[in-house]
Formats: sequence, C-alpha cells, structure tokens
Amino acid sequence: MEERLAAVAADPRYGELVRRRGRFGWTLTAVMLAAYFGYVLLIAFDKPLLARPIGRGVTSLGIPLGVGVILLAIVLTGLYVRRANRDFDALAAALREDGE
Amino acid sequence: MKRLALLPLALAASPALADTVGQTQRQPTNWAAIAMFGAFVLLTLAITAWAARRTRSRADFYTAGGGITGFQNGLAIAGDYMSAASFLGISAQIFADGYDGLIYSIGFLVGWPIILFLMAERLRNLGRYTFADVASFRFAQPPVRSFAALSTLSVVLFYLIAQMVGAGQLIKLLFGLPYGWAVVIVGVLMTLYVLFGGMIATTWVQIVKAALLLGCATFMALAVLWRFGFSPEALFARAVEVKTGLAAHAGSGAAEAAAKGRSIMGPGNFIKDPISALSFGMALMFGTAGLPHILMRFFTVPDAKQARASVVWATGWIGYFYILTFIIGFGAIVLVATDPAFLDPAGTLKGGGNMAAVHLASAIGGNVFLGFVSAVAFATILAVVAGLTLAGASAVSHDLYATVFRHGAADARDELRVSRITVVVLAIVAILLGILFEKQNVAFMVSLAFALAASGNFPVLILSLLWKGCTTRGVVAGGSVGVLVALVLTILSPAIWVTILGNKAALYPFSSPTLFSMPLAFVVIWLVSTLDRSARAETDRAGYVAQRVRSETGIGASRAADH
Repeated sequence: MEERLAAVAADPRYGELVRRRGRFGWTLTAVMLAAYFGYVLLIAFDKPLLARPIGRGVTSLGIPLGVGVILLAIVLTGLYVRRANRDFDALAAALREDGE
Repeated sequence: MKRLALLPLALAASPALADTVGQTQRQPTNWAAIAMFGAFVLLTLAITAWAARRTRSRADFYTAGGGITGFQNGLAIAGDYMSAASFLGISAQIFADGYDGLIYSIGFLVGWPIILFLMAERLRNLGRYTFADVASFRFAQPPVRSFAALSTLSVVLFYLIAQMVGAGQLIKLLFGLPYGWAVVIVGVLMTLYVLFGGMIATTWVQIVKAALLLGCATFMALAVLWRFGFSPEALFARAVEVKTGLAAHAGSGAAEAAAKGRSIMGPGNFIKDPISALSFGMALMFGTAGLPHILMRFFTVPDAKQARASVVWATGWIGYFYILTFIIGFGAIVLVATDPAFLDPAGTLKGGGNMAAVHLASAIGGNVFLGFVSAVAFATILAVVAGLTLAGASAVSHDLYATVFRHGAADARDELRVSRITVVVLAIVAILLGILFEKQNVAFMVSLAFALAASGNFPVLILSLLWKGCTTRGVVAGGSVGVLVALVLTILSPAIWVTILGNKAALYPFSSPTLFSMPLAFVVIWLVSTLDRSARAETDRAGYVAQRVRSETGIGASRAADH
C-alpha cells in the first residue's frame, strides 16, 4: 500500500488533480468568506444603507442582499459539485484504478 | 397594548438567546398536539424496530453501514440543523425585530459551503466512524484521540443541556404538560432510538422529521403569501403598518411610530459592534465544520461523491428553510400581533415570545394544524438529541475505550457494548442536567458549543488535513488551548459574567470568544509543531504525503462495513 501511495504521489496526474481542485476549492471558499463577512461588516458599519428601501415600497436593500447570501451559498455548492463530478472524479478514479 | 418590540425580551437581549426557548408559562393541555406527537412517536418506534433488525455490526451502529445516500444524508444533516430553536426562535426573532432574524439565520448557513470545499470529501476518504479517525490519522493515537473525545463530549454536553431545557419549556408551552415529563420523555425515547436502532434509526428519525418540518414550514409560508397575492412587498408593507400602529398605540408620536414601524425592514440591535459581529460570525461559520454530530454524518455515505451530494442537498434545504422562516416571522407580525385571541391582557403573546410560529399555525389552520406544528417542533428536539448522544457515545467507545484504553486491541463486540452503555449513561446525565438547569438561562450554551467546535476541532482538522508540518504535540496543544480559551472567555463574557453571575461589568466585553480563541488555536498548533523536534514529530511529518494521497483520491478508503 505504501508503495502504491508513493507512486500515486509521484504521478503528474495526481499533482494536477490536487492543484486544480485546491485552486477551485480555495477560490470558492474565498468568495463565500468575502460575501458573508462583507455582509456582516456592512451591517456593523452602515446599518442605514441596508434599511434603505429599494424602489417605492418598503422592501429594503437588506432583503435582496440577505437572501442573496443564502442563494450564493447554494449556488457555490452546486458549482463545486458539478465541476467535481465532471473533472475531479474522473482523475481520482483513474489514479485509483491504475494501482489495482 | 404595550410595546410589542419588548415581547421576546430574552431574544432581543443577545443573539445567542434566540437559540433556546427560555422560561415559558404552562398552557392548557392540548390534546390534539399530544395525539399527533403520539402518532410521531409510534412511527419512530416502528422505524427503530426495523433499524434494530438491520443493526448487527459496529459499522451499522456508528454509521448505518455506510448505506445512506447523499440525498438522504443531506436531509438528515438539514434535520440536525433545523432545530426547534431555529424554527421557533428565529421566527420569534423576526416577529419581534424583523430583519435581524435573517442575519442570524444566514450565519448558520454559510459554514456549509466551506465544509464542502475543504473538508467533506477528505473526511469521507480518511474517516470511518468518528472525526477523530481523520484528525489522528497520521499522529500518535492516544493523545489526539483523547483530545478529540474530550472536546466532542464538551460540545455534546453543552448542546444537550440546551436541547433538554428547550424540550422542557416547549412541552409546558405546546402540550400543557409539566417540565419534568418532557425531559424524561425525551431522554427515554432518545435512548430507545440510539440503543436499538443505532445510526440507522437516528438517521431515519431525522429524515422523517426534516420532511415533516419542511412540509409544515412550506405550507405556512405559502398560506401567508397567498393572503398577499404572493407579493412579499405587500406582506412587508402590511407588517410595517402593523408595527407602526402598535408603536402609536403604545404612546409614540407619529414620526417616532413610523420610524419604529420601518425599523423591521433593516438591521437593528442584533449586531452591536464589529468585533462581536465578526466573532459571532466566525463561531457559526467554522463551528459548523467542527460539530461532532454533524461530522459523523459524513461517514454514513458510501463514498466521497455521496458526501459531496449530502452537502449540496443540506445547504439547499437549510437555505430554503431559512427563507421560509423569514416569511413565517413576517406572517406572524401581520396575523398574530393584532389578534386578541393570541394575546394576554397586557398585550404580550400568550405563552411567551417563542410562540409566534405556533400561534400563526393556529391562525392559518386552526387547532388541528396547531397540534401538528407543536408535535413537529417537539419531534425536532428528539431527533437532534439522538444524534448528539450517538456522537458522544462513539467518542467514548471508539476513541477513548477502543484506542486509548485498549490500544486498538478491543474486539468490535466489546466496543459496541461500551457504546451502548455510554448511550444509557449520557441519557441519564442529560435528564439530570435538564432538570438541574430548569430555572437557569442556558441560552449561551448552543453558541458556546459552536465556539468550542470552531476553536478546537476545526483548527485541528484543517491543519492535520492540509499542513505537512503538523505534529501530534501541535494538534493536542493547539486544540486544547483553543477549547480552554473559548470556555474561559465565554465565562467572562456578558452572557455568564453579568447575566448569570451578577457581576457589574464583563471582563470580556464581546458576545463570542471565537475571534480570539480560534486564531490562537491555529497559532499554537503552528508554533508547537514547528518547534517539535521529537522522534514522533518526524513520523507525523513523514506520514503526510501518504495521508494526502488517500484523502485526495480515496485510495484505501473505508467502505464502512466490517461484517
């Protein structure tokens, strides 16, 4: 087993998998962190901005922003899974099967 | 009518307080609710009997034999998350303060994408039964597993107390039965589920409950929107009108009343200072990624692909649920706050602030639907408590007993026996603590559980997964420092130091410790690991490449079946 793991570690396809998945995962993480902590800090520093109505009614800017953060979380997870199912799984499966 | 904004006093005081039910008044006995809860109990006992026949091995008990699909697991995870506190507490917070409730619920959701991007697949590839399998993968087993087990038990204990006290308050409120009954009913039923049905029963009870709760909340939100021609703007406008009217009635001048009415459309007092806001946000976001009863669910699916699918489903359901709660809270402002049938003579909600969603159910669907919603709310606590107990029991039997005391030489049957004994012990402890804490304000305990998980388990897991230089000494030292500092800062914070211990000013002025305790844990792990010159440290670092290959590719991943 240890030999097989070492062989995979030296395989360029493994390097590619780790690099591509790592870059994608960390990018999406950064987007989520920025969106959420941006939202929280916006509230902490400028409450009136979020309370301001959009359009003529009472619906405030905070509503689409807040619901937007929720939808963003769902969309980002969806994006990650689509890419993982399409690209990363095939690479990982190839690496797994080679050693068997 | 008095100022309505004061209603859920306990909720307005601090963000953490929305998480449990608080003191409640006993209501008249509600037979419809009791009958429907009885039906739910029968159904779950049938599930347990079915699960018991399928629970033969250790893997069945801890992880349902790895036979749960991503969709099912997603619903179960969402169920663990959609607690009675989030259903009743968040809708009550929106009922009282409007927009603030949305900020609170968003914090609970945003940890999920992070878990997916950085942890879910790796956890599944490396782990078998508990998250300690992953955290200790390349390290010396006894110290890391001891840390993981103790940290799991403290998170589980605080979470359990909050749930037990919540259950007691709810049963007074919803069923009109005495507090002590609730605590004993929850303790006994939860023991039956976990003891006989293991993870299979725990998961399916959670799935049934999640489906019921989502159905219930969907129906309520649609019923509210239907009255406003499916226009959220019309709903919000009417809510502002109601709040303005209430403020004017309470003696505010016209301009002041209008301002109070509009205040529900923007952030209020929920986020006071940026430090508390950041700190609390971090606890919610990263605590999710360190909660043992949540992490455990990643081992119930067959492979990394299904682990991923679970998170997407969970995120979708939880996000959808929080949007529904928002509509339900506003619906309650419109339909409940002005209806004398739901108010005491003083103008406060009958039964206390957390009754907003329950009264709304009655306004929408009469007594039968009220009973149904009450039964679902109570079922929710049962299912969450079962998951917590199973996580605690696995930590004791798999991490402490099998690995630390028996040095991995315990056979699977002994380990299973220890696990079942622990379930009974934990249930007894939970019942006793539930009774002991009846009159206490336990609201800080759920946010404390999140803070502990974010400051201990999360840094340990992330660095052991992704940093080559991490060593046994580093994770044990850093994880322990994180947990202890989070605990001490919480004791010194306003929620305990001032509210419970009665001191004048808090030594730690912010509402959550995580902004300091979590980075501190990372720094200590890094520092101790870097300075670690022991022979063990060499082994730890040398093991990284092989561990990383396993975690990235799934080579050698456990299929979670040892029979």
